[in-house]
Amino acid sequence: MSKQAQHWEKTRNHLFVTLAIWFVFSIGIFFFGAEMEASNFRPLGYPLSYYMTCQGSLGIFVILIFWFANRQEKIDEEFGYTEREGD
Amino acid sequence: MIKGKFIDNLPKVYGIYTGGFLVFIILMAIAEQAGMSAKLIGIFFVAFTVFIYAFIGWLSRTMQADAYYVAGRQVPTVFNGMATAADWMSGASFVAMAGGIYFKGYGYMALLVGWTGGYVLVASLLAPYLRKFGCYTVPDFIGTRYGGNLARLSAVLVLTVASFTYVTAQINATGTIASVALDIPFGIAVYVGLASILMCSMLGGMRAVTWTQVAQYIVLIIAYLLPVFWISNKMGAGFFPHFMLADEVARIAELESQFGLGSVKNSAADLASVPKGLAGITKAHSEVNTTPWKFISLAVCMMAGTASLPHVMMRYFTTPSVKTARRSVGWSLFFIFLLYSSAPMLATLSKLSLMDPNLSTGIIGKSISDVQALDWYQNWNQANLMFVSDFNGNGTLELNEFFMGGKAVVLATPEIAGLPYVISGLVAAGGMAAAMSTADGLVLAISNALSHDIYYKIINPKAETAKRLIVARVLLFLIGFAGASIAALEIQGILGSVIWAFDFAMSGLFFPLVLGVWWKRANAQGAVAGMLLGLISGTAYLIWVRNGGAGFWGVTQLTFGIVGSLVSLVSMVIVSLITKAPDAATQRMVDEVRVPSGKTVLAKSH
Repeated sequence: MSKQAQHWEKTRNHLFVTLAIWFVFSIGIFFFGAEMEASNFRPLGYPLSYYMTCQGSLGIFVILIFWFANRQEKIDEEFGYTEREGD
Repeated sequence: MIKGKFIDNLPKVYGIYTGGFLVFIILMAIAEQAGMSAKLIGIFFVAFTVFIYAFIGWLSRTMQADAYYVAGRQVPTVFNGMATAADWMSGASFVAMAGGIYFKGYGYMALLVGWTGGYVLVASLLAPYLRKFGCYTVPDFIGTRYGGNLARLSAVLVLTVASFTYVTAQINATGTIASVALDIPFGIAVYVGLASILMCSMLGGMRAVTWTQVAQYIVLIIAYLLPVFWISNKMGAGFFPHFMLADEVARIAELESQFGLGSVKNSAADLASVPKGLAGITKAHSEVNTTPWKFISLAVCMMAGTASLPHVMMRYFTTPSVKTARRSVGWSLFFIFLLYSSAPMLATLSKLSLMDPNLSTGIIGKSISDVQALDWYQNWNQANLMFVSDFNGNGTLELNEFFMGGKAVVLATPEIAGLPYVISGLVAAGGMAAAMSTADGLVLAISNALSHDIYYKIINPKAETAKRLIVARVLLFLIGFAGASIAALEIQGILGSVIWAFDFAMSGLFFPLVLGVWWKRANAQGAVAGMLLGLISGTAYLIWVRNGGAGFWGVTQLTFGIVGSLVSLVSMVIVSLITKAPDAATQRMVDEVRVPSGKTVLAKSH
């Protein structure tokens, strides 16, 4: 397999992991809105469903993007695809 | 004071700007104590900030194509994040979102999840690759990747439909704020708003819009957070509201049942006397919990729409590299998070201020004539955004006898909660900044697509730069004017039109953009089918449901993008597979795009 194909395969796998995490916190958990509402686990005292919609999921997305960017940079570096100044 | 290049001095320039703005707020507060009238303070806030933006717009004037279209591709990561946040957070986020949550509770909080989760898609599926492509506009990517004028034209069509729907809502928002703050009729105020928008973008295109958007972000975030913290502290709800409002959330539910939410209903005759567009402040919160699909489908549409809206995507064309484009998405979302996580807090505090009889600001249970004598009630009633009526004739204001427009929640809360008027002036300036920054981005996205993709690429490829940029500016003016004329008609509320825009963008552009990078086999015929059939089927579904159609799968007029994008995906895959695979040159181009290093696919200036 060529270097470029390997790079793309790693990039694609990284995408799938990222999208899986994204799916859980943007769609997955909201199938259980009623269960979350009734849950005894109440972060900062808020009902869990309320907390996830107004802070929880949002914060996770921010962290997820930075984590995604860091790991993608490492993948690019590994294959020597890092951009140089002035490119 | 400032030496060297502007770009190297950005932190200093915007630091001084922020300090100056804070000093201005303090001066206004002093002026208020000295007896300056509320009306004058409002005028000062709006006029002063708009003047600053126009000044930045004038300083950024340019006659170079790459400065006009992509700000010279040298906007640093964090500043591009701020500019994107301002570009993104519109009048809908600032003025209407807290209102939506306030009235409809949990169901509308799907907007918070959708409008943030979409950025994960932007970062992982699109932004870095489109940056590597080196295009000026989104149709530029579609036109070059798939080849052919038809693909380019279809992309321009979808872009125009989505962005134009969006921009009328923003001009509506600037008009609302200008009409309240400057005390002029709405029909005139929309043109005042338009003039301010054009001043920021006409001379300098993307470069001017970038630097005004950073300035607008600073104003809007101060204007949103300051009242939230202030009211929370004043009410004794906690010094850091985001972590400390659990008791208040519970208290609202308690008050709602105490005041007979759900058991007392207004008759149709009573409701007919309420001005159009206003709603009672309470609806049952639990309804949506029982139908997760309603929540999820709205979130999905907003996420896919985020990743297809051209005015957001084009912000990532302005960063110096692919790596910075990726990181910049993270910063954008961080800056958006600061405001979005505060919206539910503001809605909670605002609702409690009105409802809680233990607070001096509470009005439910007071006598109707007392409420009607309140200063702020009279102001907002005059603007057609508040209404009370003694339906049961007992002389006391009941929960079901108070009505409010969604737009008023953010704008009126500081007054309702008894904050000094200077804060209301600040909030008006913030709302103006939010609506203007988004309108700028949108008008620019449309006029750039028309001037670059239609005029330059299709009609007159030999046009000189100067001529292209003049055409771009004339189009900018015409589109803005058309947007204002439609906004003056007030066809749909701010939040409703914005949600439609996301559905339009998602119907036509989501899959053609994503598959352009991630599926090499996708070809021009497939992309054209995907864009046109997606847009047509989505629009047809919207019209059908609007005219009393039953719909299917629980897809409503707010989520018609689900139908549109599915049709788009299916038709794009089928048509691509039954027609010829893209040629070797196109395949090589896709390979190029997938590697971050090396030259962009399109030349630096084209």
